[in-house]
Amino acid sequence: MLKILKYSFFDLMRSRWSYVYFAFYLLLGIVLLFLNHDLSKAVITLMNVIIVLVPLIGTIFGVMYYYNSKEFTELLLAQPLKRSSIFLGQYLGVSLSLSMSLILGLGIPFILYGLFKSSVIWDFSLLLITGTFLTFIFTALAFNIALSNENKIKGFGYAILLWLFLAIIYDGMFLMSLIIFEDYPLDKLSLAGTMLNPIDLSRTLILLKLDISALLGYTGAIFKKFFGTNLGLIISFFTLSLWVILPVTRIVFKSKKKDF
Amino acid sequence: MKKTFVFLLAMFMAYLNYAQNIEVCNTCPISTLKAAINLANDFDTITVRKGTYKEHDVLINKPLTIVGENYPVIDGELKGEIITITSDNVTVDGLFIINVGTSYTEDYAAIRVRKSKHFIIKNLVLEKLFFGIYIEKSNYGKVFHNKIIGDAVAEYNSGNGIQLWYSNHVDVEHNYVQDVRDGIYLEFADHCLIKNNVSSNNLRYGLHFMFSNDDIYEDNTFENNGAGVAVMFSKKIKMFNNIFRENWGTASYGMLLKEINDAEIIGNTFNENTIGINIEGSNRILYKNNDFINNGWAIKVRGACYTNSFLENNFLYNSFDIAYNSKVNDNVFDKNYWSSYTGYDLNKDGIGDVPYRPVKLFSYVVNRTPETIILLRSLFIDIIDFSEKVSPVFTPDNLLDHNPLTKRVTW
Amino acid sequence: MVNVQNLHKKFNKNVVLGGVDLTINEGGIFAILGPNGSGKTTLIKAILGMVIPNEGDITVLGENIKKSADYRHKIDYLPQIANFPNNLRVKELIKMIKDLRGKTNEDKRLIDLFGLDPFLNKKLGTLSGGTKQKVNIVLTFMFDSPLIILDEPTTGLDPISLLHLKELIAKEKVNGKTIIITSHIMSFVEEVADEIVFLLEGKIYFKGSISELKTKTDQPDFEHAIASILTNNHA
Repeated sequence: MLKILKYSFFDLMRSRWSYVYFAFYLLLGIVLLFLNHDLSKAVITLMNVIIVLVPLIGTIFGVMYYYNSKEFTELLLAQPLKRSSIFLGQYLGVSLSLSMSLILGLGIPFILYGLFKSSVIWDFSLLLITGTFLTFIFTALAFNIALSNENKIKGFGYAILLWLFLAIIYDGMFLMSLIIFEDYPLDKLSLAGTMLNPIDLSRTLILLKLDISALLGYTGAIFKKFFGTNLGLIISFFTLSLWVILPVTRIVFKSKKKDF
Repeated sequence: MKKTFVFLLAMFMAYLNYAQNIEVCNTCPISTLKAAINLANDFDTITVRKGTYKEHDVLINKPLTIVGENYPVIDGELKGEIITITSDNVTVDGLFIINVGTSYTEDYAAIRVRKSKHFIIKNLVLEKLFFGIYIEKSNYGKVFHNKIIGDAVAEYNSGNGIQLWYSNHVDVEHNYVQDVRDGIYLEFADHCLIKNNVSSNNLRYGLHFMFSNDDIYEDNTFENNGAGVAVMFSKKIKMFNNIFRENWGTASYGMLLKEINDAEIIGNTFNENTIGINIEGSNRILYKNNDFINNGWAIKVRGACYTNSFLENNFLYNSFDIAYNSKVNDNVFDKNYWSSYTGYDLNKDGIGDVPYRPVKLFSYVVNRTPETIILLRSLFIDIIDFSEKVSPVFTPDNLLDHNPLTKRVTW
Repeated sequence: MVNVQNLHKKFNKNVVLGGVDLTINEGGIFAILGPNGSGKTTLIKAILGMVIPNEGDITVLGENIKKSADYRHKIDYLPQIANFPNNLRVKELIKMIKDLRGKTNEDKRLIDLFGLDPFLNKKLGTLSGGTKQKVNIVLTFMFDSPLIILDEPTTGLDPISLLHLKELIAKEKVNGKTIIITSHIMSFVEEVADEIVFLLEGKIYFKGSISELKTKTDQPDFEHAIASILTNNHA
């Protein structure tokens, strides 16, 4: 698996798109920091970008990589390798190279800016960790979609739909259901609703850092326990890990049964 | 020159004659404060040496100066009030007063000033108290450099750190109050100055104003109090350069303004409060040069608030800048800096070319269904906020800052 | 060498292989033929473990292929369409396959043979189809495995390379290897194959030598023999 990982990773690290992705974050970081001189604002803007863009890039890149390397995968399949190693290797290759672009692209300008001397370092690290989680989750989801759809166009379609759903539509439905059922105690429901969507989950993690003052304005005891203690952080990270593990398990499972 | 010398000499003689110094210590002939007060003549000074004195209900009924040396301990043994002052011109300085009795019917204090003038309470340390310093119907006094450390757990059986009741022209300065019910409490107290105090970790309010007019409070720090600071039913209050920090909770405010008219709120910093300022029924208030940083809601306006002006404030990284619960707006927002302003400034005059709309639709949604707060900063919410911004339906459409600044205001 | 028993494979409701029994003995060149969609590639992929049968067993060198992936150490496979990661260089790809399968020194000789030296530092994305196929051939023949499977090996090759390929195949045959080939180029098959299997609608229609096929169909040459099978069955 490590060998596949290595080659997928280096293949991707040299691809044009990795550079574009890396350059985008580098530019974003530089513009936010050096033109604005406002670290807190930069972190908030970055959060918005990461929550929306990272899942999108992860999904599209994952699907694209899978379809583009289909023949190569077939070549690999004829080699004495386990199927799970091939797909996990490729999956990790994609996720790691995307994460690298993200971490380096944003990290370099922040280090140049003197991040280590600033108290924002924790907020920033949290952003990067969340971004990395989102990359791993959405690449895994993309691989799942691609593995289940031979048709490239269909696969892309589903991938975009998935992103659209989790990034926007889900929240819309979530909001509607909270308003419709506002006469009932909702704090459990709202926390559960958050856990079911990795984008919301990551957003919550970041809210814990940026908007704790507002979150503590709500009365619910469960809310208070969730956001007021480390419980929220622990549960969020645990659920994010589940969001990585479950799709990856399905990749292994699905790849074993698939014909090429 | 000669005349001055003669005068000073005369003064010195007078002092020798009339103002005696009485010493109290555990091994002295006079070993209790009570005995010393009994013996003392008006304008005497009582020096209390280091030691522990188990006394309560000490009544100071003549103009005396009581000075503690190296903080002698006055231990009330939880039996009731410890020192009560009923005479004018009393100074109490440098005592360590502990173990005030708790009662559900009477407000026992560590030190109470009743119907007196020109008192000075300074350099006291109060611990294990019910009420700390209680100024009752007394005017023209000073309370400064005291340290009040309570251990309050519940509101019903705890008292306030410094309480002014029907007392005017009192200066409260450089005190440090923590872990009591209300740090500093003013009721019917006019023309008072509250300055340079630190009031933190109190159960209810760091500072609590009721029916008190023409007061000034400035350069104080209010931190991590149960409900922040409450200013209610008062007129012409000046609030300058205070810091309100980390007041977190459901009903917790940096500052709660209720029925306040003609106040000036200038140069204050509101940092990381659930609600920076909660305003109800308050009119003609000037908010100027305040910093609102990282609050849940910088300003929440409830009920009728008219002709208030918000000028040249900094609104930085608040989850919500302004929340309104009505569609009517009679307040002015001008030349503030809003960190979430996204407009441009083509002519580079430091003023954004597009007006800023500080009330978001989402703040209405949260007001109605509080649980939706969990969707804060979601892309969907940004989209509906944006559409509301373009064509306001729920938010007051004249609530605009026409001159949003592009750089932080400095003063 | 390869033993296929009662192999069934459906894609959705489409029956591609309907009970194939096939034994391929050690040594010699074995061609799998059939019209488009007859299941040639599926059969090969089933042997390689890339297609998972609905029913039936396959053993390669006495080992049931369901058990592990290790039997593929003994197979060299030339896939039909060679499409490699675009950002890898030729050199790196060869290194990578060696890394995956084990050491060999044959690659240098093969690179010389096909004149790939100038391309070694080029990225695979920039190569022409023919050059890619040459790389593909190098990757396949650089190992010394007892079973070689070639899926449409002649695609895109220029005449000289084709000649080299035939030489390579002949040499491996002399070395006692078993070689399985699919191809549409009948002349090529006729030239190299010792034995052929003709698949028709997922079943084995004919198995034997070319001369046997000619006799069976009563046709003078190979191409006509194949053509007559197809016309007779579709008539």
